[in-house]
Amino acid sequence: MGANIFITEETVDGADDGPLAGTTVAVKDNLSTEGVRTTCGSAMLEDYVPPYDATVVERLKDAGATIVGKTNMDEFGMGGTTETSAFGPTENPVDAERVPGGSSGGSAAAVAAGEADVALGTDTGGSVRNPAAFCGVVGIKPTYGLVSRYGLVAYANSLEQVGPIGSTVEDAAALLDVISGADERDATTRFDESMGTHPAADSEYAAAADGDVEGLTVGVVADLLDGADDRVVETFEQSVSDLESRGAEVVEVSLESVEHAVQAYYVIAMSEASSNLARYDGVRYGLSTGKDGNWNETYAETREEGLGEEVKRRILLGTYALSAGYHDKYYKKAQDARAWIKQDFDAAFEEADVLATPTMPVLPPKLGESLSDPLQLYLMDANTVPVNLANLPAISVPAGEADGLPVGLQLIGPKFGEETMIRAASAVEN
Amino acid sequence: MSDTPVDADEVRHVAELARVNLDEEEVEAFAAQFADILDYFDALDEVPEVEAESDLVNVMRTDEVRDGLSQEEALQNAPESEDGFFKGPRVS
Repeated sequence: MGANIFITEETVDGADDGPLAGTTVAVKDNLSTEGVRTTCGSAMLEDYVPPYDATVVERLKDAGATIVGKTNMDEFGMGGTTETSAFGPTENPVDAERVPGGSSGGSAAAVAAGEADVALGTDTGGSVRNPAAFCGVVGIKPTYGLVSRYGLVAYANSLEQVGPIGSTVEDAAALLDVISGADERDATTRFDESMGTHPAADSEYAAAADGDVEGLTVGVVADLLDGADDRVVETFEQSVSDLESRGAEVVEVSLESVEHAVQAYYVIAMSEASSNLARYDGVRYGLSTGKDGNWNETYAETREEGLGEEVKRRILLGTYALSAGYHDKYYKKAQDARAWIKQDFDAAFEEADVLATPTMPVLPPKLGESLSDPLQLYLMDANTVPVNLANLPAISVPAGEADGLPVGLQLIGPKFGEETMIRAASAVEN
Repeated sequence: MSDTPVDADEVRHVAELARVNLDEEEVEAFAAQFADILDYFDALDEVPEVEAESDLVNVMRTDEVRDGLSQEEALQNAPESEDGFFKGPRVS
């Protein structure tokens, strides 16, 4: 297959019976799979074979799913097009000249191309929703804490969640039913000690995809339409008025703070990345180059060789943002922006049950077209990153096509409001 | 413009802190890009002081012995090991 969807193709059979029996699943290559190499799209981990399964992978197997391979991705999740992989770019199954979006581009492409029924991706700033939108499939970024992160090779811990991708809302929701829930190995899933419960315990996500939006209030985030491509806005608006004709009430909401979301996101993500990626020293695992010189020299040499340009760029910018003299200017201000964005969303959910935006402000670019200017690439994330900063759930669902290319509609729910969001999304696709 | 101009020396300094070697071409390219990117980040100056909710709690699990990776499993990905230990470069 020429589309470069998988880094490793390998069949791993799950339990004989379960809710996913007979279902094939593609797994992003930053989720640990016991005995199957897990590269994160990086030369640094080209030969790394985890000795254990991520919790989500364990749950797939227990549910009877068959894993068909590990999917291509932007190196360590850093990118929006799946072109920064050390194993080469993935082609978009809708149009082979275009990017599938990223960083979970291989996972979205696997579903769009029919190589797997469903797939797992991870979403730090939009990395499940972006490729879902560009490939014309459905992607869900769950509320922070709904799904275990144990065994996920971390990029930015406070932002990222594992999320399902499917060709329908119901398929993606059924996968969420399987992977969500508390995990004693990941304290971030145990959010409610006093109640002793986890929200997934009584939730049925697949059953919520019933298309019933009668009486639901949808808030259109006006601030995020201004900078978007006209063709995207037109398709988005058509889709929103379809929702209205199905009984939803549409209101306009404003989120003043989102103007600062991209800056805040990148400062926080790069800072966390610079700290997380310090683990790649080539001693305990991964590429090792230097044989001479002291530890510092060998370490720096290994990292020069094993890490790609975008990863180096983010490690360096993160190190800079956290360094003495700049911490207050960048990192502290970014945390202020994050708190402001949360407050803004809380206010918006006083007026609406779910919020709607185009998932991506642009149509999928051609391969190679967007890599030269990192800042322009970061700006593509304007509609998705506010959700991660506020730890909220969101879904991207196909809204239609413009010039033959898919356009995604993003619906954002309140904290642990996945069922409402899934219900609304299922009305969009009908 | 940013009040924190980034020159090649600064990129080299940060790269040293981050333990990443860079070649001269990368240093020059990053210096130019960082100026643009940090200039863009400067818009964070406009963010008002916000009172963050303090609903964060420490979650501690009980301190009990559990099964972990075996020594063999822990070492299986190490490029070099000896007598059950990781083997790394000298530290000084």
